[in-house]
Amino acid sequence: MAERERKMTRPFGGVFVPRTTVMSQDDIDRAIWRMAHEILEHNHGVENLVIVGLQTGGVPLAARITSALEEITANDVPTGMIDVALHRDDIGLRPVLPEEVTDIPVDLTNKIVVLVDDVLFTGRTIRAALDALTSFGRPRSVQLAVMVDRGHRELPIRPDYVGKNIPTRRDEVVDATLEGVELGEMRK
Amino acid sequence: MTPKHLLSIDDLGREGIEEILGLTDSFVEVSARRIPKVPALRGKNIAWLFYEDSTRTRLSFETAAKRLSADTMNFSVGSSSVNKGESLRDTCLTISAMGVDAIVVRHRSAGVPWQIANWIDASVINAGDGWHEHPTQALLDTYTLRSHLGDLDGRHIAIVGDIKHSRVARSNLAAFTALGAEVTMVAPQTLLPPSLEGWNANVSHDLDAVLPTVDAIYLLRMQLERQTDALVPTLREYTDGYGLTTQRLAALGEKALIMHPGPMNRGVEICPEAADDPRSVITEQVANGVAVRMSVLFLLLGSGAEHEAGGLS
Repeated sequence: MAERERKMTRPFGGVFVPRTTVMSQDDIDRAIWRMAHEILEHNHGVENLVIVGLQTGGVPLAARITSALEEITANDVPTGMIDVALHRDDIGLRPVLPEEVTDIPVDLTNKIVVLVDDVLFTGRTIRAALDALTSFGRPRSVQLAVMVDRGHRELPIRPDYVGKNIPTRRDEVVDATLEGVELGEMRK
Repeated sequence: MTPKHLLSIDDLGREGIEEILGLTDSFVEVSARRIPKVPALRGKNIAWLFYEDSTRTRLSFETAAKRLSADTMNFSVGSSSVNKGESLRDTCLTISAMGVDAIVVRHRSAGVPWQIANWIDASVINAGDGWHEHPTQALLDTYTLRSHLGDLDGRHIAIVGDIKHSRVARSNLAAFTALGAEVTMVAPQTLLPPSLEGWNANVSHDLDAVLPTVDAIYLLRMQLERQTDALVPTLREYTDGYGLTTQRLAALGEKALIMHPGPMNRGVEICPEAADDPRSVITEQVANGVAVRMSVLFLLLGSGAEHEAGGLS
């Protein structure tokens, strides 16, 4: 989220003004720990699991979830990252440039892929990510973990693991980092 | 801000070159995927207008366009209405009327891409005009150099051979110097342009003196088809003075790169040992060519950089 959502929320070119803190750093840590356990419970361990963070906000979160999984199970969990810019459905409508690294370390065929992003909003980034993943193999299943689900979906996409559900207005902005989550809006 | 056309390196400047090269990393990654194709230019139509022979440039553009999911229209002069006397302008207007987003043009006359850009609405990409410019070649060469040498500031690059007839030399000189490299043109007097005024380059007629000081040596093809008079006495004499021979290969720095735009005349400007030397990055140039051209096509057609940031719809 972050940069992209900031740029796309009116008034354009404004600055983010936080209004309330909805998650503290401790809340984030506990949510990561819980989501890691849920992933393990749901998939009966880490066998065939690959964690893929979405550039840019999902990458640090994916790293944290991976290290939690490794700490719990004492197994290595492969982790990658993906920039979905070239697969977006708004290419040509507004500036879209791939800016960050895509690095999928293993063939995804028959793997269980857990996509990780910081904020789930319209679902369009996830659609683009699902499209991009097909270039790297045919996963057995793809699951979605997000720190914040803020609603306003425009596509039939739902998360499997959620840090926190936060009801928002469409014109609000959610700023989620590993230090905390703040709700606010853009102001000139 | 992205320009609409890619006509010359000078139009890009340092910032434009660096933007394209920076974006190219993403497309190198795409090219390495199991399925190296992204839907970024779906529905865009690109026409190839090649009035001059080309294998690698056209295939490279074609591959780049297909990896971006664009549609392409092939236009080969031999089997078209050009043979019935259709003018360049009418040909362009006809193609344009079919609805193209970009025309990639190669022509034996300098300036043709500029002319076409004035006639039609689509983006125009110069794939070589006469002796004048070949910007995508310069970009892929610069990308290849940077991937080995890092920053080009203060690096010394020798461009050797038929400078006079070479659009590659002109575009590369512009690109290398824009990024801060020092360029020496090495050629016999007959293969240099009549005047080098305004060229930001050193000139030498002595390859052996230049050789030990370079970070990269860029050999140009002897363009036998372009030469109207005998500019070198014999090819053997040329090889003696200006070819990268086995003896010269030994004098070349250990980390210096050997480059060539292809197709090579092995045994003329470059000996087979040099072409296959570990310092040679000639096949890498070809591979990078696809990624650089993806980057150019995407910037001109797909990035939407001409739009202001807009609200979610």
